[in-house]
Amino acid sequence: MELLNVDNITMKFGGLTAVGNFKLKIVPGELIGLIGPNGAGKTTVFNMITGIYTPTINKIYFQDRDITGIKPDKIAKVGIARTFQNIRLLENLTVIDNVMIGFHLHLKSNLASAILKFPNYVREEESIYRKSMELLEKVELEKYELEKAGSLPYGHQRKLEIIRALATGPKLLLLDEPAAGMNPQETKDLMSFIQKIQNDFELTILLIEHDMKVVMGICRRILVMDYGITIAEGNPAEIQNNPEVIKAYLGVDVNYA
Amino acid sequence: MKKQNEKIFTILALIVLGILVYLAESNLDPYKLRILNLGAIYVTLGVSLNLIYGFTGQFSLGHAGFMAIGAYVTSLLVLPAYYKEMIFILEPLVWPFTVMHTPFIIALLLSGLFAAIAALLIGLPVLRLKGDYLGIATLGFAEIIRIIANNIPQITNGALGIKGIPEFTNLWWTAGVAIVTIYIIKGLIHSSYGRALMAIRENEIAAEVIGVNLTYHKVMSFTISAFFAGVAGGLFACLLTTIDPKAFMFVMTFNILIVVVLGGLGSITGTVLAAFLFNFSLEYLRPIEAGFNIGPIIIPAIPGLRMVSFSALLLIVILYKQNGLMGGIEFSWKGLARFIRKIFPNKKSSEGSSI
Amino acid sequence: MSLHLVLQNLANGLSLGSLYALIAIGYTMVYGILRLINFAHGEIFMLAPYFLFYGVLIFHLPWWTSIIAAIALTAVTGMLSERIAYRPLRDAPRISVLISAIGVSFFLQNLAIVIFTGIPKSVHRPAFFKRLFQFGEIRIQSTLFASVIVSTIFLTLLIYIVYKTKTGLAMRSISTDIETSRLMAVDVDKTISITFAIGSALAAVGGILWGLRFPQLFPLMGMMPGLKAFIAAVVGGIGNIPGAMLGGLLLGMSEILFVAFLPALSGYRDAFIFAILILILLLKPDGILGKNVQEKV
Ligand SMILES: Nc1ncnc2c1ncn2[C@@H]1O[C@H](COP(=O)(O)OP(=O)(O)O)[C@@H](O)[C@H]1O
Ligand SMILES: [Mg+2]
Repeated sequence: MELLNVDNITMKFGGLTAVGNFKLKIVPGELIGLIGPNGAGKTTVFNMITGIYTPTINKIYFQDRDITGIKPDKIAKVGIARTFQNIRLLENLTVIDNVMIGFHLHLKSNLASAILKFPNYVREEESIYRKSMELLEKVELEKYELEKAGSLPYGHQRKLEIIRALATGPKLLLLDEPAAGMNPQETKDLMSFIQKIQNDFELTILLIEHDMKVVMGICRRILVMDYGITIAEGNPAEIQNNPEVIKAYLGVDVNYA
Repeated sequence: MKKQNEKIFTILALIVLGILVYLAESNLDPYKLRILNLGAIYVTLGVSLNLIYGFTGQFSLGHAGFMAIGAYVTSLLVLPAYYKEMIFILEPLVWPFTVMHTPFIIALLLSGLFAAIAALLIGLPVLRLKGDYLGIATLGFAEIIRIIANNIPQITNGALGIKGIPEFTNLWWTAGVAIVTIYIIKGLIHSSYGRALMAIRENEIAAEVIGVNLTYHKVMSFTISAFFAGVAGGLFACLLTTIDPKAFMFVMTFNILIVVVLGGLGSITGTVLAAFLFNFSLEYLRPIEAGFNIGPIIIPAIPGLRMVSFSALLLIVILYKQNGLMGGIEFSWKGLARFIRKIFPNKKSSEGSSI
Repeated sequence: MSLHLVLQNLANGLSLGSLYALIAIGYTMVYGILRLINFAHGEIFMLAPYFLFYGVLIFHLPWWTSIIAAIALTAVTGMLSERIAYRPLRDAPRISVLISAIGVSFFLQNLAIVIFTGIPKSVHRPAFFKRLFQFGEIRIQSTLFASVIVSTIFLTLLIYIVYKTKTGLAMRSISTDIETSRLMAVDVDKTISITFAIGSALAAVGGILWGLRFPQLFPLMGMMPGLKAFIAAVVGGIGNIPGAMLGGLLLGMSEILFVAFLPALSGYRDAFIFAILILILLLKPDGILGKNVQEKV
């Protein structure tokens, strides 16, 4: 059974079709790359999967459940987490708070016991704190625990946002250009990190990137979008040699030969 | 500093506060007591507004409306029956308000409850709005509440207002309620729920995607905030002993907003300081307009001069302290200890550093 | 309700609405440029008729001179308030500027109490403004004509300035993007000053017409009309000049017609205005003519 089934969705903004007839089936354990030039509609796909936009046409299923038009917080609850292309941290809160907030959706203690600090709440909070520190250690950010998230260097912020997404306990993780703004070495490290968390947390990952070389190394299946349309799908080798893709990326027609 | 020590310090501070309240109640004249009471009521109002605006980031200008609900509920519940019959001149008070009578504490709790119910009904539709739009919509609701109060003389005595409300409010009540408010709102802020509220303030979309239910948390914060505004309204009524709809115009909300912003958004400590400063400066400027003599020169009484000076003062403070007095910083025993060590470095360390 | 009564009420609504429109412009222009709800604008509106009647009564100026002087003085007060209380806060948190605006509002209100006293003053109007015109069964006050005609003239003038002059171009450019405008050598400070002057002058015209129509002055008289004019600006689409005019007319009409059709509920007329506001905000948060801008994620 597939984890996610995006069934031919379309998103229109006024006259503009940002995404048209987008299809995607993901089985558990996959790491799929979604690539395409700027403005191709990649982020819009994420926004529809995570409930920020509702597709104009057709539906999205997660574990066979229709999640179209459901609010983002409910979608997080069923097990889809994401990061943003333009990082969205809680900038004035501490680094640790930014991770701990990820556990809020699974909180069992009720409001009264949280306010009055009943033992059941205190225990739960302590366990959330421990788990958050463990996550921070994974990205070696534990020493910044009490710093303001907004004051971290850019690369750290990216990692913190990924960690925060993991804190929600997702089955499917959507990463929107996590390597943006990184140098080649940092990008390489990040890609191995992504592979590592995929193993450690038994995740299924959908990864947006606009630089196609970056995903070639780690994704066995890649989708290419251009102008809202999926123009190619396949393994890295197939994608690399696909004339449509080369055309989209280089802006030239290579079929002249 | 250890958690245990902090608790002891807090309990000691509360005992000291209790002694101070006792001394104030038995020594100060009613005029000074009234200023202190108003200050403490403003603490409750300010801290509760800070919850929805400073911590949750939702611009609410409805506090005067919730206060009004609380003030009327308390008044109707504590006034003796025979007295109600006497003062409702425009139209007789309708049943069941004629026979309802409760102790002050129950009246205050019910005041909070009714304000909270109103907030729930208002919040569900309007908390979808953002920023200034939310502000103006909540202000609109508060004005609607006031106008309704003006138009149902069979319950509120209309524009004449209610007079002769028993003067139950004293410093024990106002300080006690202020402390309970701070305790509960601090407890909320320093919990997973509070983190969710601040997440909404910081970045609504991020919060939602992490799984924070926006509607639930916004409405929860708004309702709790309104509850305390309602209780404060009840205290207010039993302090002034007369209320009428005019007392709850949007200017009242502005006053509370001034306290919150001057104290520093998101700082409870700042709100407490600003609440007292606000009321003290209002009162200590009073002589300005009373008229006085400088040697042979007689300055006649000029009504309005006090408020002119007050607003000038307000402008100066906001121009020079753009982020409020505390700038979002919070009091803590740890911070105090650090501060004391800074001014009085202990011998060893200061000798060490001088070598 | 008979036809002539309906017409009578429509005329009343039109004249009240045109006054709201005049005041709403100042709110909408300032909001468009500074994102500031200028809560002091109602007080600016209140000052103008005081200036006028003091000019006539104390300085014995002729009506016309006095009117011009009052408008000029009010415009200067508006500019000064921006210079003193808002400009130093241009990089401060928005809420601090709002508090400053509330401070200015309190200040002007109480200054008016100090100078003009808090006792309401009755106004002696020139004979012309007391005249009634009779059209069949409809009786129309001359001030009602004056409101509509004068507002139309000034609003046309405003549209001309905003859409056809260099200053207007600067205003529109700043309201789209203040930083870029600065880079393109728009004199931001000067343009903002002019915006305040224009907004205040229009409020002054509104205030004077108001004073002639409801000839009783008191320092708090700016509060409610000010708030309602702001609501008009929001209903029309804040930041949008035609929207403010439309909102003003709509609100004036609704208010008069509400009272006319439901006289038993006349005590609720302001509540009705607020209810309209809330309804519009919930249905179309950016107002009738406002653009709906969705945040890109
Ligand atoms: N909220 C929105 N309103 C209008 N247009 C939008 C919105 N979000 C995205 N778009 C448009 O949709 C297209 C696809 O954008 P996006 O999904 O962000 O592309 P990508 O992530 O592939 O760079 C772009 O033309 C963009 O301008
Ligand atoms: Mg994108």
